[in-house]
Amino acid sequence: MATDLGPDPDSNPPAGVHSLWRLRGYLKPHRLALTIMLLTSLAGVGLTIAIPLVTKAIIDGPITNRDLSAVLPLGLLALGLGVLEAALIFWRRWVQSNAVLGVETAMRHDLYERLQELPMGFHSRWQSGQLLSRATTDLSGIRRFFGFGMLFLLINIVQVIVVTIVLLNMYWPLGLVVGAAAVPIVALSMRFEKRYVVISRQVQDEQGDLATHAEEGAVGIRVIKSFGRGEHVSLQYEEAADKLRDTSMVKVRLAAKFWTFLEIIPNLAVAVVLLLGSIGVGRGSLTPGELVAFITLLLSLVWPVSSLGVILAMAQEAMTSAARILEIFDTEPSIVGGSEVIAEPRGHLRFEHVDFAFPDAPDELVLRDVNLDLAPGETIALVGATGSGKTVLTSLVPRLYDVTAGRVTLDGTDVRELDLKHLRSLVATAFEEPTLFSMSARENVTLGRSEASDADIDEALDIAQAGFVRDLPWGLDTRIGEQGMALSGGQRQRLALVRAVLARPKVLVLDDTLSALDVHTEKLVEDALQSVLGSTTGLVVAHRASTVLLADRVALLQDGTITHVGDHRVLLAEVPAYRELLAADAELSELDEAVTA
Amino acid sequence: MSTDTPPQDQPGADERRQPSWRGVAQVDDDEAAERERSVRFSGGSAALLRELLAPYRRAIWLLIGVVVVENAARLSIPYLVKEGIDTGIPPIRTDDNLTPLTIVVCLVLVAAVTQAVARNFFLVRSGLLGQNVLYEVRRRVFRHFQVLSPAFHDDYTSGRVISRQTSDVDAIYEMLETGFDGLITAALTLVGTAGILLFLDLKLGLVALACGPFLFLLTNWFRRASSASYRITREKVALVIVHFVESMGGVQAVQAFRREPRNQEIFDDVNDQYRRANLHAFRLVAFFMPGIKLIGNVTIAVVLLYGGYLAYNGDVTVGVLAASLLYLRQFFEPMMEISQFYNTFQSASAALDKLAGVLREEPGVPEPEEPHRLQETHGEVSFDAVRFSYTEGRDVIPGLDLTVPAGQTIALVGTTGAGKTTLAKLATRFYDPVEGTVRLDGVDLRRLTADDLRERVVMVTQENYLFSGTIADNIRFGRPEASMAEVERAATALGAHDFIMALPDGYQTDVANRGGRLSAGQRQLVAFARAFLADPAVLILDEATSSLDVPSERLVQQALQTVLSGRTAVIIAHRLSTVEIADRVLVMEHGRIVEDGSPAELIGSGEGRFADLHDAWLESLA
Ligand SMILES: Nc1ncnc2c1ncn2[C@@H]1O[C@H](COP(=O)(O)OP(=O)(O)OP(=O)(O)O)[C@@H](O)[C@H]1O
Ligand SMILES: Nc1ncnc2c1ncn2[C@@H]1O[C@H](COP(=O)(O)OP(=O)(O)OP(=O)(O)O)[C@@H](O)[C@H]1O
Ligand SMILES: [Mg+2]
Ligand SMILES: [Mg+2]
Repeated sequence: MATDLGPDPDSNPPAGVHSLWRLRGYLKPHRLALTIMLLTSLAGVGLTIAIPLVTKAIIDGPITNRDLSAVLPLGLLALGLGVLEAALIFWRRWVQSNAVLGVETAMRHDLYERLQELPMGFHSRWQSGQLLSRATTDLSGIRRFFGFGMLFLLINIVQVIVVTIVLLNMYWPLGLVVGAAAVPIVALSMRFEKRYVVISRQVQDEQGDLATHAEEGAVGIRVIKSFGRGEHVSLQYEEAADKLRDTSMVKVRLAAKFWTFLEIIPNLAVAVVLLLGSIGVGRGSLTPGELVAFITLLLSLVWPVSSLGVILAMAQEAMTSAARILEIFDTEPSIVGGSEVIAEPRGHLRFEHVDFAFPDAPDELVLRDVNLDLAPGETIALVGATGSGKTVLTSLVPRLYDVTAGRVTLDGTDVRELDLKHLRSLVATAFEEPTLFSMSARENVTLGRSEASDADIDEALDIAQAGFVRDLPWGLDTRIGEQGMALSGGQRQRLALVRAVLARPKVLVLDDTLSALDVHTEKLVEDALQSVLGSTTGLVVAHRASTVLLADRVALLQDGTITHVGDHRVLLAEVPAYRELLAADAELSELDEAVTA
Repeated sequence: MSTDTPPQDQPGADERRQPSWRGVAQVDDDEAAERERSVRFSGGSAALLRELLAPYRRAIWLLIGVVVVENAARLSIPYLVKEGIDTGIPPIRTDDNLTPLTIVVCLVLVAAVTQAVARNFFLVRSGLLGQNVLYEVRRRVFRHFQVLSPAFHDDYTSGRVISRQTSDVDAIYEMLETGFDGLITAALTLVGTAGILLFLDLKLGLVALACGPFLFLLTNWFRRASSASYRITREKVALVIVHFVESMGGVQAVQAFRREPRNQEIFDDVNDQYRRANLHAFRLVAFFMPGIKLIGNVTIAVVLLYGGYLAYNGDVTVGVLAASLLYLRQFFEPMMEISQFYNTFQSASAALDKLAGVLREEPGVPEPEEPHRLQETHGEVSFDAVRFSYTEGRDVIPGLDLTVPAGQTIALVGTTGAGKTTLAKLATRFYDPVEGTVRLDGVDLRRLTADDLRERVVMVTQENYLFSGTIADNIRFGRPEASMAEVERAATALGAHDFIMALPDGYQTDVANRGGRLSAGQRQLVAFARAFLADPAVLILDEATSSLDVPSERLVQQALQTVLSGRTAVIIAHRLSTVEIADRVLVMEHGRIVEDGSPAELIGSGEGRFADLHDAWLESLA
């Protein structure tokens, strides 16, 4: 089951170099670019050293010797090198833009692809803010590291090592002093890494939480408004933002401490070298020139070492980001299709000894030993109390969830053996929540069959009594707003119905899809649906007797299992529990009696 | 452009660069409108930044002081080293006297420690400043989004609200994080070295500083090009976020209807647009940064040649030339840092522009300037000649007069799309009427503060949204101070207690993403309990029981009967069972009240829409 859920969104697997290393595949296509970036940077470092040398040559040479003819060529050389340096930087940045953006875009593509594959069990547990922060903040962190940090990490380390070797060669006792300075730096870096990884992970997670708050503040705005709780949610948001600020400050303090040490250690080395070197010079074991050269080189190390701090921090963050992203890449979609395809689907749906428990509560069976047979073309109404498991039962058919035990078959084939796309093209559901997107009405209704012709759409609109779409300002091309918010409740529901009908499924699942319709419209929809359901297998979740009448038979779901299947009237007469659930409407006749009396 | 373009009811539908799947909307909320908004508010970013930094003026001066100290300490080290060699070595040679050297070494240590302390202080303080500014931006933006009316949110979409609060804020963070100290150091070095250059030799210095205009031109070009480019980047990332958020929110429908490939296509498209926008910005930087370097290097070469010529003629000394060249290098070194900072600044300022635009957005239903304070609430709601339309020219409510006396329970019925929810939204002031007035206890809603109004009028919306958190938190949403006992009482009254107790952690069960842990009916019960507990004077229930099974609905109704006594209530419902408890029934058609009377009267009359409706409904029960 573990793969079904993926890692717990609240737990943090360790991040480290290996996380980044595992993403190296994304760099492969850009090998050439990376090589160019590295070479141009190295050449750039060389030029930074060369240009002052030329300057020195001019001053020491031609000018001091009053040889004007040599000034021009050397000056032009300086000019040429200067232009070359700029050109190299340009080349590196140009190549780099392409490469790192390519990497980022590819990772985002894969992340989105994977998220679309992951089953509902995953999505119901993960806050979408957490997913979003991975797709944006984390990816750009990794991009920055690949484009900049990685390169300079390498260059700085190379520079430090080369200079240290040169120093050792120059005068080894002092060289050893410098080498010894590396010990605390490495030790500190390692300690820092451990703590920084933890804290930067925490910051990133809190950023995700904050994104979730932001999202809830936006999506839930209508509820917040209607209760006048803007202040309350703002306070909650601020609390989260405050927490993030505090955590970020812990991170800033930690980084500041580390960076300060990285700065002070080379300076201390300078002091020690100055002391020992001067004594050495005083006692004649070293020439003054040597000492000056030594210290100059040593000073040139201060910047690469101290900037190492920033780069290492960047690397840490990229590692945690990589770990966060890998959490998703590592979650294997537990619902993958089989290979079978039903050549001539008839729509014979069977539930055989089906048990179901939600992946996060495996001991708690929501469905137990469910058996139900829907002959091709037959329509069954599913009746059960609130929370009895009707929606869960219907979601097993298109495999939004998989059964825990038993099996669901379509035309005799276990749905888990069917090709997933094929299965889902045979089953269409009108969900209890309409789930609309801020796209054109057309795009929304053709979700399941993008090639549908206008005539098909018209027909489906008529069946669902959704003619109102044609009266929208731009007809079918009108954008219907987020979650269909620019429509009335009943209009939203009918669009969801159009979508399901238009998919021309073999099995049509209607999950309490007529609840927001007025009685007249409901009647019209039902009459029109009869024609569709005549040839389609139907599974209709119903709370009202009126909807039940769409069906040929009724199944009563009680305590997670189907206790009775039969004709509405028979059940009504014989099963008290069923009467309890559906006949209560009749109580309204009391009202009539009151009226007529 | 001629003005007689074809008569259009689809204004420019085809010239929009919108892909067709997005559909056409009245207010095209996308790039065009955004861009227009930011143009309208251009300069907003600078003002906003100034405002945000205002409380920290002293802290900023302090930071600048600290940077000066830090740099002084840093620069003193090479000098001290030279001192050490010059003055420390000879005494050792002569009489093995280590004192002068020790003193210098101690000074080096002092300088190193001073620098470290100053640096640490700076990093921590500037980090704090940055975090505080960020917090303030977040706070303001979030609050402002909460103030803005539902009409604004209808167009703006939550994805863009989120992108403003995540990626735009991140861009500001990046600016605050990178190079703030670099900027100060660089600016100081720049000014200082420019002075020294002029001081060393005026002619040579002027030649060196002649690069100024080129730097200015280049920077100016970059400013203009990059601000446009970064603005587009912000828009594109918002597109990515919008699509991401929406498809993750509706992932169930996406999977069930095999929408994945198409979604992937759309996502790849916006992702690629974002990549290209970024690429464009990056390429500008790829010109800008080496451009600065180029100007610097060329200037150095020119100074070298010209200085060489001057030195050859003996107009300047070799020492001055050498020093000029050294300082010139120092002059251009920080230029790179400044331009790097400038780059992140440009990106942040595009983000700030967007945020400033949001912050300047006026709420569609503004708070009253001089609010009327309600003393006692009776709960009389009246509509006086109210006309309302969502989009100009399409009246949803063409003209409505209605008074709901305090304490009355009203059932509002009518075909779908008749305008029932709209009426409720007017009563709760989600929208203001285009014409006419809505009043509570005789007071125009526009004269009440939001707090006053919301405390008294609460609506259970047709779409019941649950927040992540526990069941108890959700029920308590309308009244956070309510005790656990009260929460349980509300749940028990509605018959929700049993199912809640059956959950693994009872009231403390996390409802998971958007209430995904609960069934639709259970969600509705929780949403209902939320309103119940809020205990307002006027309760509006918009299809609040549509997903419940009949016994649960009956329980809810019994609870309503007790709770609604003495309270004004508007119950919108299609199941006429609800009518049972109403004192009065209103039938709505096309935004008009077509029938009005007690249920018995209307049914008794035998004809009319309600009687029809009732018959049809009775028939549906059969
Ligand atoms: N993601 C989940 N994790 C754990 N339990 C869940 C989850 N989703 C639903 N449940 C529980 O499973 C049970 C069945 O839920 P289901 O949505 O199938 O009910 P339903 O019969 O459709 O009810 P309704 O008529 O209210 O729609 C409920 O008790 C619910 O609390
Ligand atoms: N935000 C909006 N923007 C534009 N038009 C809207 C908006 N909300 C609703 N409408 C339109 O206004 C009309 C009335 O909608 P309303 O939601 O008031 O209907 P209703 O009577 O509540 O219907 P139902 O019973 O289906 O919920 C509908 O035609 C709908 O399309
Ligand atoms: Mg359900
Ligand atoms: Mg409505």
